[in-house]
Amino acid sequence: MSQRPITEDDLHAFVDQALAPERRGEIASYLKDHPDAAGRVAAFASQREQLRSALASIADEPVPAELNLSHIIEGRKRRPTRAWMAIAAMLLVGIGGFGGWTVRSLLQGGSNGLSALAQEAAYSYGVYAPDRVRPVEIRASDSAELTQWVSSRLKRAVKVPDLSTSGYRLMGGRLVATSHGPAAMFMYDDDQGDRLVMLTRPMSSGSQDEPMMPHAAGDIAGFAWADRGMGYTLVGQLPGDTLKPIANEIRKQAGPI
Amino acid sequence: MKDMLVQVEPLIPSLRRYARALMRDRTTADDLVQDCLERAVSRWHQRRDGSVRAWLFTILHNLAVTQFRQAATRGRHMPIDDAGERELASAAAQEHRLIYQDVLNKLARLPEEQRAVLLLVAVEDFSYADAAKLLDVPVGTVMSRLSRARERLQQEMEGTAPGNVVELRSMK
Repeated sequence: MSQRPITEDDLHAFVDQALAPERRGEIASYLKDHPDAAGRVAAFASQREQLRSALASIADEPVPAELNLSHIIEGRKRRPTRAWMAIAAMLLVGIGGFGGWTVRSLLQGGSNGLSALAQEAAYSYGVYAPDRVRPVEIRASDSAELTQWVSSRLKRAVKVPDLSTSGYRLMGGRLVATSHGPAAMFMYDDDQGDRLVMLTRPMSSGSQDEPMMPHAAGDIAGFAWADRGMGYTLVGQLPGDTLKPIANEIRKQAGPI
Repeated sequence: MKDMLVQVEPLIPSLRRYARALMRDRTTADDLVQDCLERAVSRWHQRRDGSVRAWLFTILHNLAVTQFRQAATRGRHMPIDDAGERELASAAAQEHRLIYQDVLNKLARLPEEQRAVLLLVAVEDFSYADAAKLLDVPVGTVMSRLSRARERLQQEMEGTAPGNVVELRSMK
């Protein structure tokens, strides 16, 4: 029986121990007669060993808490559902399905003014805050690019508030669509992974300046206000008295440049 | 979800290893593994029959590719040579650490697609056919990438690439 020709693939399969015993024998005897090929195969085998040894320690490290599968399964059962229930509740309120909603201030204004802004922020929160893959489009590491982008789209100088004194880090942001045009969304998180969303966009001429007011739907709470033509709102799954000082901090920082 | 826990949990260390070797940076790699696990949890009932391990590596690899593309479109380069110097936790002797570090630095210089094939085949023990399926390319492509990866890594190790020669010699 004539032997099949030796191919480059055979040499790699020899290194990776992927050959049937018979073929492996054929390659081994070929290598005895071909020192060049044998040298390459030895070098590849040595690479393989070095790589495996160099990387072995990673698989021996204790698995960090955020990769604990039980936690991930647990977290998934709760998080998105809660946010979506709140959104669903808001939609019902929006079409007048409920009477006597607890926080009347939220939607009584219909589709204008701060209540519209609050609604948009809650929608954005519901969509983006549970997203583990790409909650933001531009990450905090590119915050200059982010600021420039949203400022040019909003045609206003938008500042990204720094909430580190409140324990929240900027994750990044994105542009979101509203029925009043583009809005800038910034997302923050703290050491527990709790996320906050701030939404800002120009207001219609009727509500250039509005005092800060609370809003809530389900467990998404927030504060909204307008300052010299720009509307701002901060939302999160936190009690209102925790959110309010953070909203005040944003109001302090985000005034027009 | 019980069967998922039993089948997926033992694979997490090797997912971390692959992600770290591919991305170099520990935080980036673990974030990727976290995303991968979240997806696995949400899609557990949608997976087809077959190896859970290959399925998980496919998810992880696709997330890594997305990240590479994002980095590329923003015109940023992975800080390959500086990153990772502190990432290698090893109790091995100093000299071994240097050799390991050296081979990882050289691995990091390979194009991503070659690096991925080499890692899947030579470190994670996927068969050529499984690697091809995982990467969604023909087996022939796997073989040619593997071959190029090994040749190129060999050139680097023989010191033809500038930069690491001094470091290598000073070690001896």
